[in-house]
Amino acid sequence: MTTPDHLADRSIAVQRSPEFQGLRRSFFGFILPLTALFLLWYLAYVLLAGFAPDLFATRIGDSTITVGLLFGLGQFVTTFGITMAYRSWANRRYDPHAAAIREEMERGELTGDANEEAAR
Amino acid sequence: MSDEINPVINMVVFGIFVVATLVIVFRVSKRNATATEFFAGGRSFSGPQNGVAIAGDYLSAASFLGICGAIAVAGYDGFLYSIGFLVAWLVALLLVAELLRNTGRFTMADVLSFRLKQRPVRMAAALATLVVCFFYLVAQMAGAGGLVALLLGLSGPVPTGITVAIVGVVMIVYVIVGGMKGTTWVQIIKAVLLVAGAGILTIVVLAMVGFDFSRLLQMAVDASPEGEAILAPGLQYPNPVDFLSLGLALVLGTAGLPHVLMRFYTVPTGKEARRSVVWAIWIIGIFYLFTLVLGYAAAAFVGPEVLTDPATPGGQNAAAPLLALEIGGPVLMAVISAIAFATILAVVAGLAITAATSFAHDIYASVIRKGQADPKQEVKVARRTVVVIGVVAIIGGIVAQGQNVAFLVALAFAVAASANLPTILYSLFWKRFNTTGALWSMYGGLTSCILLIVFSPAVSGGPKSMFPALDFDLFPLSNPGIVSIPLAFLLGIVGTLLSKPEADHDAKQAEMEVRSFTGANAEKASDH
Repeated sequence: MTTPDHLADRSIAVQRSPEFQGLRRSFFGFILPLTALFLLWYLAYVLLAGFAPDLFATRIGDSTITVGLLFGLGQFVTTFGITMAYRSWANRRYDPHAAAIREEMERGELTGDANEEAAR
Repeated sequence: MSDEINPVINMVVFGIFVVATLVIVFRVSKRNATATEFFAGGRSFSGPQNGVAIAGDYLSAASFLGICGAIAVAGYDGFLYSIGFLVAWLVALLLVAELLRNTGRFTMADVLSFRLKQRPVRMAAALATLVVCFFYLVAQMAGAGGLVALLLGLSGPVPTGITVAIVGVVMIVYVIVGGMKGTTWVQIIKAVLLVAGAGILTIVVLAMVGFDFSRLLQMAVDASPEGEAILAPGLQYPNPVDFLSLGLALVLGTAGLPHVLMRFYTVPTGKEARRSVVWAIWIIGIFYLFTLVLGYAAAAFVGPEVLTDPATPGGQNAAAPLLALEIGGPVLMAVISAIAFATILAVVAGLAITAATSFAHDIYASVIRKGQADPKQEVKVARRTVVVIGVVAIIGGIVAQGQNVAFLVALAFAVAASANLPTILYSLFWKRFNTTGALWSMYGGLTSCILLIVFSPAVSGGPKSMFPALDFDLFPLSNPGIVSIPLAFLLGIVGTLLSKPEADHDAKQAEMEVRSFTGANAEKASDH
């Protein structure tokens, strides 16, 4: 068991380490654009449904399938797509990187002064 | 029509479900001594198991009865619910699930209070949890009352009250005996039954129209007094701002729902939490595609006029069971109704254990006992709390009879998105965030949301209001999300910038960030 102070020192050291900063960068680099994408796409959908109901009511050819229905199903497709994209990214890229830092942290190797870490 | 409904078959099918699940709950609950066993099922569920259980928790009466009914009556506007409910899972998957699992132990408040002042933040988070659970519970109970009216062909306060009370009592037994492990198994069984039942019904319906969805829509248009309008948005929400407000609450609510967040603690690692969400998204998404078919099918085969007729027991919440009766006769209806009932029972149990855990772990152990409570005592308090929650839910359920279930759940989502989500995201991702910001955001989001609901047309002033005779609707929208969610985000920023951080701010923030991103020092599964 580590004492709280020890844990705090090590956490700060790890947080400042280039490995951890790299992990953070890769997380936000992947997550933020994807989050912006799906939120904007969803917002576009809701706004179109609210303010352009006539567009959504337009039928495709002779069928009763409407543009709105296709937009709605499009939301399903993108949700499934983003889910699988995230899963594969997280399994391939994120997990090994995070596991390496976790092991070092739990073994206590990334202790000591942050500058030393940065120089390593 | 009600002479075709066979109450005996209905009760037998439902009775089988209750007995079977109770047996399972008793069998899995042999080890429920420790707090981790009782509150988090020993963290021993696999990702796929938990994913099915999440779907079980999430696909409530709102998703099944509520959405089918809303699509059957209001057409496209009902579909918006399912899209919001589904897309919302991306927020949970990308931003919350794994980090939350790595950081906390039993409740949402574990994460929120990790690097902030324990007692005030836990108190606020526990209150928000209790309010969300209350709205959600009442919604489920409203569904239960409507359903039994239909199942037994009886309506009126006495049979409804008795049924709601039975649901409450069975739920109490599930949770007290089974803890999180028993509750999780109930969710898993129910999710499998629900998705299978809805899937079979969907296939039967599609087979009846020659697998031509366009033809089904045409039949729905022909049967509806609104005609083609059911294919386009605007029937239920003629005001586009209302639409937007609801849409925001739906998409941002899921990742702040305490009973969903608590499920992430039942798996051993953050990676398993991710797997469970991936499973849940597939199951939930496919289920919502089923409800799209079933809703329009209910319009086509049962007819919106029957569903909006006050003489129809259960009203629009009865769309799915009545569709089953129409196409498959009394036995299919009994099966679908029993599944819907099982859905309600399971969700109610999930909510009850969440509310009880939050009370015992956050309010009792941390606020009242100042962190000095014995874990056994904590479990004991949780068990007692379940009884109180059961009683409150029964009373609330009787009061809320006749409301659309999906609509009531949307209010719970608005509270979750306003009171919980901003603080969850800030405490995970914003280094400067502090206790004052958290309290401003949580209390501001919670109170603004509740006040706007009280003064909305949903509560008073219109024929569909909870109190149609009164008139104090000062706020024009039926869902408060568009105001209360941005307000809560803003209050979090303002509160933080106007106050000083805690003394150990940097160290705790580092500890939390490293732990949430890497899983270092996260809570482990209990040994077996």
